[in-house]
Amino acid sequence: MKIAVTSKGKDLDSEVDPRFGRAAYILIVDTDSFEFEALDNSENVNAFKGAGIQAATMISDKGAEVLLTGFCGPNAFKALNAANIKVANDAAGTVKDAVNAFNGGKVSFADAANVEGHW
Amino acid sequence: MIISVASGKGGTGKTTVATNMAVSLGSDVQILDCDVEEPNAHLFLNPIINEKETVFVPVPKIDDEKCTYCKKCAEICRFRAIAVLAETVLTFPGLCHSCGGCMEVCPEKAISETDRELGVIEKGRVNGLDFILGRLRVGEAMSPPLIRKVRSFVQPDKINIIDAPPGTSCPVIAAMKDTDFVLMVTEPTPFGLHDLKLGVEAVKLLGIPCGLVINRSNIGNNDVRGYAENENLPILMKIPFDRRIAEAYSRGKLIVTEMPEWKEKFIELYNSIDKLAKREKDK
Repeated sequence: MKIAVTSKGKDLDSEVDPRFGRAAYILIVDTDSFEFEALDNSENVNAFKGAGIQAATMISDKGAEVLLTGFCGPNAFKALNAANIKVANDAAGTVKDAVNAFNGGKVSFADAANVEGHW
Repeated sequence: MIISVASGKGGTGKTTVATNMAVSLGSDVQILDCDVEEPNAHLFLNPIINEKETVFVPVPKIDDEKCTYCKKCAEICRFRAIAVLAETVLTFPGLCHSCGGCMEVCPEKAISETDRELGVIEKGRVNGLDFILGRLRVGEAMSPPLIRKVRSFVQPDKINIIDAPPGTSCPVIAAMKDTDFVLMVTEPTPFGLHDLKLGVEAVKLLGIPCGLVINRSNIGNNDVRGYAENENLPILMKIPFDRRIAEAYSRGKLIVTEMPEWKEKFIELYNSIDKLAKREKDK
C-alpha cells in the first residue's frame, strides 16, 4: 500500500513535517518495500491560498491511500475525504518511524480536520 | 466628485471625518460606507433605511453526469476553488473569485453558475443626505465584490464620500481605486506613521492625489508631520485630542452637531480637497 507522509526532508530519515498543505516535502512510501518518492512541495509552501487542496490532489494522483501528518485543515480534509484517503494527524519522529508506527497499527485515523483554515 | 477616506491603521477616525464632512456639506452629498466588515457610519447618521438588497456572486456548479474528470477546470483555477480527486470534483465556493475561467475551459459544458451570498446593501436618507452601506455576511471573507456593488451607486453629479476599510489589502484598494481623492486619516504615533506609510504607498501606485487629516494631533510625536513634509503630502486638517470630541463620539453624536464651530472647518477641508483634485485633473 502507498501512504503519504509529510516530511521536512527528502528521505526516510527526515523528520516528519507537522504541516500538511505547506509541508516542505511529501514522501509517498510503499509500506511493504519502503521504496519511496519524494514530492517537492515548495510551490504549495508559498501558495496564496488552497495549499491543502493542492497537496491533497497531488497525493491522490500518486495513489496514496493514507496520509500521516500533524495538522490538517478543513478544506484539505474535505479533499482527502473525497479522494478516500484516510488521515492520521499524530505522526511524529522520522518518516521511517511514522511508517513503522502505521505498519504496527499504532496510528489512529481522524474523522475531522484538527485545525482551522489558514492555520 | 468621489472622495475615499482611508487610513492604513484602524481606529484613526475615518468614520468621524467622513460623517462630519458629509453632514457639514449639507445637500447633494452621498455617503457610502464601504467598511463592509464592520460598517458604522449609520450609528452617527441614523438614516432611515428604505431599501435592502442581498448581494450574490456566481460560483461554479458541476454536473456530475457530464463531467469526464479531465481536470481542465482545476488547472485553470488560480485560487484552487476546484479540485478533481479520482472521480470526484470538489468546489470550494469560499475560494472562488468568480472569474468564470472553469466554465470557459470545460469541454463538456458540465459547469454552470450558482449563487453564493456575500452580504447585503442598505440604502436610505437622512436630512437630505443619501446613505448607502454594505454589510458582509458573517463568516464571509471576500469583501471586494460587495464593496464594488456599494460603489455602483455612486452619483457622479453629487459629492460622494466613501468610508473605506482600514489596511492596505484588496478591500481597501476596491474602496480607493478610481476615486478623485484619497483622504488619509492618521494619528501622530509610531503605529499611525507605520501604517500611514503603507497606505500612502498604495495610493501612489493607484496614482490618486492624497492629503492627510491628523487626528488626536496634540499627542504622540512629530514624525508624521516630518513624513508628510518629505513626501509633499498636504496636512488638510488637525483634530485635537479633546474630551468633548471623545464624549460626542462615544454617544454616537457628530462633532459638528455638538460643537457647531467645527462645521466651517469640515467645509474648508472639502474645499481644499476640491482644489487639489481639480489641480490634478488639469495636469
